[in-house]
Amino acid sequence: MVRVSQSKSAKVVGVLALQGAYQSHAKVLDTLDVGSQEVRTPQDLASIDALVMPGGESTTMSQLLESSELFEPINKLIHEGMPVFGTCAGMILLAKKIIDGRADQVSFAAIDIEVQRNAYGRQVDSFEADLEIEIFDDSFHALFIRAPRIVKADQTVETLAELNGDIVLAKQKNVLVASFHPELSPDSRIHELFIKEI
Amino acid sequence: MAKRETENTAKTSTGSMLVKRGLAEMLKGGVIMDVVNPEQAKIAEDAGACAVMALERVPADIRRDGGVARMSDPEMITGIQAVCSIPVMAKARIGHFVEAQVLESLGVDFIDESEVLTPADETHHIDKLKFTAPFVCGATNLGEALRRISEGAALIRSKGEAGTGNIVEAVRHLRSIIGDIRKITQADSAELFDWAKKLQAPLPLVQEIAETGWLQVPLFCAGGIATPSDAALAMQLGAQAVFVGSGIFKSDDPAPRAKAIVEATTHFRDPEIIAKVSRNLGGPMTGIGMDKIEQRYAERGW
Repeated sequence: MVRVSQSKSAKVVGVLALQGAYQSHAKVLDTLDVGSQEVRTPQDLASIDALVMPGGESTTMSQLLESSELFEPINKLIHEGMPVFGTCAGMILLAKKIIDGRADQVSFAAIDIEVQRNAYGRQVDSFEADLEIEIFDDSFHALFIRAPRIVKADQTVETLAELNGDIVLAKQKNVLVASFHPELSPDSRIHELFIKEI
Repeated sequence: MAKRETENTAKTSTGSMLVKRGLAEMLKGGVIMDVVNPEQAKIAEDAGACAVMALERVPADIRRDGGVARMSDPEMITGIQAVCSIPVMAKARIGHFVEAQVLESLGVDFIDESEVLTPADETHHIDKLKFTAPFVCGATNLGEALRRISEGAALIRSKGEAGTGNIVEAVRHLRSIIGDIRKITQADSAELFDWAKKLQAPLPLVQEIAETGWLQVPLFCAGGIATPSDAALAMQLGAQAVFVGSGIFKSDDPAPRAKAIVEATTHFRDPEIIAKVSRNLGGPMTGIGMDKIEQRYAERGW
């Protein structure tokens, strides 16, 4: 029943498909040299080489991670070094500390950052901006939707992009996070950057 | 932390169609629940709702009480915003752009220009392009959906028949919208002119559907969902998320039913999980047959 798109390369990127913008991520991945697979149950993890955690509602995903019995197996894979990419709510799920979250909200604590939920305001404050990313030649047009803010990052976290003083794209070991939505821009460079890690 | 130099403040802009549609993308695969007070909003968030719709009365009560149904008291909306960390939506009457202005000023995350409330204008919908806040609108067919999109809606929901607990109209509307999308993708370029005429919809939007195979915005389902299986049915038919109105808080035991509908929406292709979450939920809302209905809300909207 699971949709798996095949490609020449054997690598398959899982997309956590509990709730949120998972289809948009899969669409971008399908244009690249990898297969994508929606992940809803522990069985779906068997064949993946990397995992994307999309934007959406982090409190909803947190509950579904537990009810779908995905939290423990994913946690194990991440801490064994599987490359993982979290955008917006996905970044919240990966952060070491969550501010303004729900008390029962789970987190993989996989990247040493503190993240504040909805810190840029409500939807009327959601915005777009051109980001200067040093490793890219041209700017990246980014969408921030009720975005979380990285309010603190450990020295060992690598900053890949900033916007007005806030880190918005960061990396630590096998974990890449963005407070914006590269899956909604017609620009696959950040996804390409991620799949190079696999 | 290693701070790189930021010479000047980068330009940011709000309210574009991309930004509006962005929030609709984030709600996909989720359940948006109708709530009438902060207590219900908490129950909804606890159950895993991806957003709540704040309104004065659920559609089943609007149907029972009759009278004019209007935008909710701002006090009630801010009360719900105060207890929720998830997006809060609220309804304005069709064509009532001042109610929409008020909702936007309250910081409502999505405005539902809704046929469930009594229409304020029998010819015009709100010019949604003028707003920073995104709008969701109902549709019974593809033409209606495209007219709303041309007015600036960032999200379409099939209307169904709100407050009935009966999924039959939602199925009819989803099948109509998605069926016509499928036919358009098979049409040749000359036939698209006729499609635009038949649908009473702008030709460029019809041509875009022929090219992309989908609407310009996400399509969710509303109106009549009362059980986990109803939610999964809507999803399997092609809806990308579901609105549940009376179906939760008019049932015997709202909290477990809300949670079960959230899980069924995620695992919509997995009958074993749907069976598991459907056990022992207590009675669903009673529901009404379509032949017993005096006012069809779905007929409102032009």
